[in-house]
Amino acid sequence: MSEYLLCLFLFCIGLYCVLRKRNIIKIIIGLGIIEYAVNLFFVLVGYRIHGRAPILAKEQKILNMVDPLPQALVLTAIVIGLAVTALIVAIAIRIYEKYGTFDITKIRRLRG
Amino acid sequence: MKSKEKGMTLIVKTVTRLTVGLILLYGIYIVLHGHLSPGGGFAGGVIIALSFIHLMLAFGRETALKKLSQARASILESLGAIMFLSIAVLGFLGGYFFLNFLFKGKPFNLFSAGIIPLCNIAISLKVGVGLFTIFVVLVLFKILKEDNE
Amino acid sequence: MELQLILLFMILGAVIAVEIEDLLSSVIAVGAVGLGLSLAFLILKAPDLAITQLVVEILCLIILIRATIKKDLPLVKDGRWLFNTLSTLLFIAFFLIFAYFALRELPRFGYPLMRVAKGYISSGPEKTGAANIVAAIILDFRAYDTLGEATVLFTAVMGVLAVMRKIGRIKDEK
Repeated sequence: MSEYLLCLFLFCIGLYCVLRKRNIIKIIIGLGIIEYAVNLFFVLVGYRIHGRAPILAKEQKILNMVDPLPQALVLTAIVIGLAVTALIVAIAIRIYEKYGTFDITKIRRLRG
Repeated sequence: MKSKEKGMTLIVKTVTRLTVGLILLYGIYIVLHGHLSPGGGFAGGVIIALSFIHLMLAFGRETALKKLSQARASILESLGAIMFLSIAVLGFLGGYFFLNFLFKGKPFNLFSAGIIPLCNIAISLKVGVGLFTIFVVLVLFKILKEDNE
Repeated sequence: MELQLILLFMILGAVIAVEIEDLLSSVIAVGAVGLGLSLAFLILKAPDLAITQLVVEILCLIILIRATIKKDLPLVKDGRWLFNTLSTLLFIAFFLIFAYFALRELPRFGYPLMRVAKGYISSGPEKTGAANIVAAIILDFRAYDTLGEATVLFTAVMGVLAVMRKIGRIKDEK
């Protein structure tokens, strides 16, 4: 149970960073921390006590495997997270070039 | 900046010349053994992209783009996508989308598991070249900006 | 026990990354969090994810450093400190209420349900012939997921190319 709580705490740190900070790079970092927490949570749900990795060995038959399904889902999510981070960084670089700042409250022309 | 040549110092260039081939080889190994051991198309593709990025960071933009130009990169990326999709469509030979229609082979051999190694190669092309393109675009923008100023 | 230590290390790195003022130090701290996540995956018996997370973290770090380097960084001073903090804490409390209801329904840590995965594990070697069950799932049983992932990646690459291109962009200053 304490693993779930620590993972939730990590998520809350990311959420705080996204909601509270005004620098765009800090917001990207907060989104990254949230992504880490969600990936970790998926793998934690599939863990089994004294389990083995979901890869078959040559001679012996493995019975106590951990759940391979969340791992397969997270594997695609990690790469998608990288691509999305690159897209946000590109947009942030454009914003810096146009407005000369990373502060989101100074970007007045985005409003309405 | 005494010399006009691009890139970093001599030490970095020498070490890069020794290691970049090994990194590329390791990426190809990870891709080809994806159905037997940990790894697979995603990790192997990112390692291949990292080898080209390593080359670009050490030697400057021109050397890396000579190895893999942007036009060729876009062709390779589209090739990966089309290959993956055509493997999926070829499943209609036996019945349905994404059917594992090839010969399965014995487990724990390199040539086994039907379409899975081919799909791994397609995904590694897609991921590796796509991430390399993203990096090239981000770096190219910075160089253009510095030339203008 | 070692899992809790790794998680505490990640939380420490995250707090440093959020609260430090220098952006470059912040990016490097988030890189440390990602490497800790890679170790945690290794402890949780997911070697595929550990390899992928390690290499993706390195590439992510390079891209983020490229975004933050050589920029003059104005120190952001907050106005309305109390209001912003209170609204943020209210939002987090609202989230935690829902998280409490969700956590009550979860299975105990270490005893997963594995209703779907049982069939995959038992019938995976005969149906696909792959020794790596994760590869068998992402490329055979659930290949539609991977197809969607490839589409998302393609869209992201096109988006970056469209945002960063020079040609065809209207000049700002006439």
